[in-house]
Amino acid sequence: MSYEVVIGLEVHTELKTESKIFCGCSTKFGSDQNTNVCPVCLGLPGVLPVLNEKVVDFAVRTGLALNCKILPFSKFDRKNYYYPDLPKNFQTSQSDLPIAVNGYLDIEVNGETKRIGITRVHMEEDAGKLVHAGTIARSDYALVDYNRTGVPLLEIVSEPDIRSAEEAKAYLEKLKAILQYIDISDCKMEEGSLRCDANISLRPMGATQLGTKAELKNMNSFRSVQRGIEYEVDRQAEVLDDGGKVIQETRSWDDGKGITISMRSKEQAHDYRFFPEPDLIPIVVDPARVEEIRINLPELPDARKVRLVTNHGLSTYDAEVLTASRAMADYFDQVVTLGADAKAAANWLMGDLSKHLNAGEVAINECLVTPQRLAGLLALLDKGTISSKIAKTVFEEMWTTGKDAETIVQEKGLVQISDEGAIIAVVEAVIAASPQSVADYQAGKERAIGFLVGQVMKQTKGRANPELVNKLLRDRM
Amino acid sequence: MFHSTIHELHNKLTNKEVSAVEIAKAVFTRIDAVEDKVKSYITQNRETALVQAQAVDERIKAGKAISPLAGIPGAIKDNICTKDIKTTCASKMLANFIPPYNATVMEKLAAEQAVLVGKTNMDEFAMGGSTENSAYQQTANPWDISTVPGGSSGGSAAAVSAGEAVWALGSDTGGSIRQPAAYCGVVGLKPTYGLVSRYGLVAFASSLDQIGPITRDVTDCAIVLNAIAGHDSKDSTSIKAGSTDYTKALVNDVKGLRIGLPKEYFVAGMNPEVEKAIYKAVEQFTALGAEVVEVSMPHTEYALSAYYVIAPAEASSNLARYDGVGFGLRVDGDDIVSMYKNTRSKGFGAEVKRRIMLGTYALSSGYYDAYYKKALQVRTLVKQDFDRAFEKVDLLVTPTAPTPAFKLGEKSNDPLAMYLEDVCTIPVNLAGIPALALPCGFAGNLPIGLQLIGRPLGEATILRAAYTFEQNTDYHKRFAPLGEV
Repeated sequence: MSYEVVIGLEVHTELKTESKIFCGCSTKFGSDQNTNVCPVCLGLPGVLPVLNEKVVDFAVRTGLALNCKILPFSKFDRKNYYYPDLPKNFQTSQSDLPIAVNGYLDIEVNGETKRIGITRVHMEEDAGKLVHAGTIARSDYALVDYNRTGVPLLEIVSEPDIRSAEEAKAYLEKLKAILQYIDISDCKMEEGSLRCDANISLRPMGATQLGTKAELKNMNSFRSVQRGIEYEVDRQAEVLDDGGKVIQETRSWDDGKGITISMRSKEQAHDYRFFPEPDLIPIVVDPARVEEIRINLPELPDARKVRLVTNHGLSTYDAEVLTASRAMADYFDQVVTLGADAKAAANWLMGDLSKHLNAGEVAINECLVTPQRLAGLLALLDKGTISSKIAKTVFEEMWTTGKDAETIVQEKGLVQISDEGAIIAVVEAVIAASPQSVADYQAGKERAIGFLVGQVMKQTKGRANPELVNKLLRDRM
Repeated sequence: MFHSTIHELHNKLTNKEVSAVEIAKAVFTRIDAVEDKVKSYITQNRETALVQAQAVDERIKAGKAISPLAGIPGAIKDNICTKDIKTTCASKMLANFIPPYNATVMEKLAAEQAVLVGKTNMDEFAMGGSTENSAYQQTANPWDISTVPGGSSGGSAAAVSAGEAVWALGSDTGGSIRQPAAYCGVVGLKPTYGLVSRYGLVAFASSLDQIGPITRDVTDCAIVLNAIAGHDSKDSTSIKAGSTDYTKALVNDVKGLRIGLPKEYFVAGMNPEVEKAIYKAVEQFTALGAEVVEVSMPHTEYALSAYYVIAPAEASSNLARYDGVGFGLRVDGDDIVSMYKNTRSKGFGAEVKRRIMLGTYALSSGYYDAYYKKALQVRTLVKQDFDRAFEKVDLLVTPTAPTPAFKLGEKSNDPLAMYLEDVCTIPVNLAGIPALALPCGFAGNLPIGLQLIGRPLGEATILRAAYTFEQNTDYHKRFAPLGEV
């Protein structure tokens, strides 16, 4: 039987505020264990939370970027459950009155735009981390690191509008791009600053009633989100095909084994006993503050993509790749502002630069090839000072040393030779040494010219102007 | 000297008739004499207290001005966090808990150079009305040591009454300052919710808890309130109000003051001598020029039930942190769940467990609307009763409790009878308004407490009426019969 896949995603993102949501402790990732803690985030007796106003600003900014309605009256609630990484044994979160509701974002799948609804965006505190000696199963005890306790989180819940693993991935990528554009989170899945749970169900094609869902957790990369959903969809289809029923439960993705495993059934689900947090007053957001945040929103990925296509003549595909991350898009804009040709800049960014960034796992804003340096390289190319082949060499050098293109070209004597007199001797020597290729060329084999040009370039260490070499070779043959 | 008030001792200090060290020593001598009968203190702070007193004496010697509380020994309920001093909440759970921080009120008292005598006994986690729920000891009522001092701030009220401290701080969630003050014949004030910072007060029911003074007279009450009131950025529920000098309210005049007498507070089963004393007090107010009118507060009878849903619900969450993981008692188990169970089974007493279960039940899925949500609606109705009454009157006068102090053990096996003792005090917490208990007579040898209830931030009006009553009566001049030592 063929089924329609119904997916809703719950994304948690850690906010990049300086301090935690309810105390003044640092949110820095990777500090020594239990150093970013105080009586408040440790939940000692008698302490009280004080809301970090920056968190509200970030939440409003996110709500607006996701086309949500910002609720003028919102509140915190306590979500009660016992776990050793949760010092108070309740998480301060938002239940029935979240900060933002009813938004959407648009995704691109197979060249078509699809709108995915955003149910809500709410603020909450993160829990700590358990550290096991050895493996969880074999450890005699667990240690708790409370550094993450109280780091502000936003939970962004989508409508069940997603119909495939591919759409889920596109949604996540788009959401990540937006969150990075508005600069509220680092969105590093590997550091846990972006986390994703998926509610997945199937129903017969054409049915309107939702099937029984399973909640899938523990997917720690974009790839595992896609793999996890694909696996779960197949698993549920198999259950249904066999005449069985999908059980409502929470399942965990095992990345190593590539399967999902049942964690707890509906009956074992927590009763969180939500009730309004009495230690905090309701959040009343002034409409003027919302307007101010709206006005100061940066250009978002969709708008930027359109601008790259209309103003710079890039293809939709190139524009999409370049705007997928704000850092990349900002880099592109800077290179172009410095005078580089947009298409050339796009090619270098998507080509050599991306290749090096990926290989070295370096962030674009941390690499030695700054927008100024890349623009410098492109200027030399444009003027014909260096050949495109040399440009690649210069780029390599620039990548490792961080020197300017001009300096590298000067130091290594890489200026292109465009003087006929300086090349003619080499051209003639190559013709003399390659009778077979010459004969081939004369017999109409156009490909032979490539070999001859290559020989000249080799002997001039790549400095000869390839167009000139080509012309001289043809003239002489 | 141990029966003196703050303002009397302050005058003696500034006139150099006595030193702060002498006052502190006198208090500790008194403790040595009566503590084995009264048992007010869980922890005494002798050495540090003398050092604090010494510092005040040096200041006086240097000719510098001192604050009204400087050098005056006070006792602090053991659910208020004191840096480097054990804070147990009278629970085994926190037997060895030494806070690395001070409650905001402690910081304020330190700035005033008040002297800390020690930490007082209480019902475990402030849950109870007799101080019988302490995991450590039974505090006795200094007026009759076979009776309870009231609770949960029983240790603080008994200490002030017995001369073991000049003043004290208590906390009041449903009457825990006012009822023990009434039972022990002293003055107790529950301030407007948010007037005094809760930072460092170990939470029982966050939306109801307030710290307040327990003192020998109304003037002292104003002095202590001056020291502890004020906005605190560490407490989000703290009121942003300008500072008030409450001693300015101490005016011996109630002419034209409109006083309401809510008939619903004179409940069935009320002790006739208590009823008589309250009506006599009302007559006195009339004689002093106040206008007294009967008012109706129709939702009063539902307040107790609403309270016993809301307070346990919040408590069930507030007390979840006592799990043996990060601090306090840990009783090991085979796994994390059994460690939680063992720790909480051994660490909490019966009343605390009862309320955690009540609260957990009330918040559970499927019961929330019937209990918690309903209770919040009742809370709103109770508040509206007060709003309507205060359109007509400036103050309400009621008994603080339906009976005087009862015998030790008399109600400890009957939680419902115990809860009924809170019937006159609980509506005030639900409404978040201020109320003060002060002595207004005796039932035999046991004190009776009058309750004055005011508008939100109406402390000044309450203090003025209380001061006038006190100036024209002499109940506050009688002392508990423990013998002069």
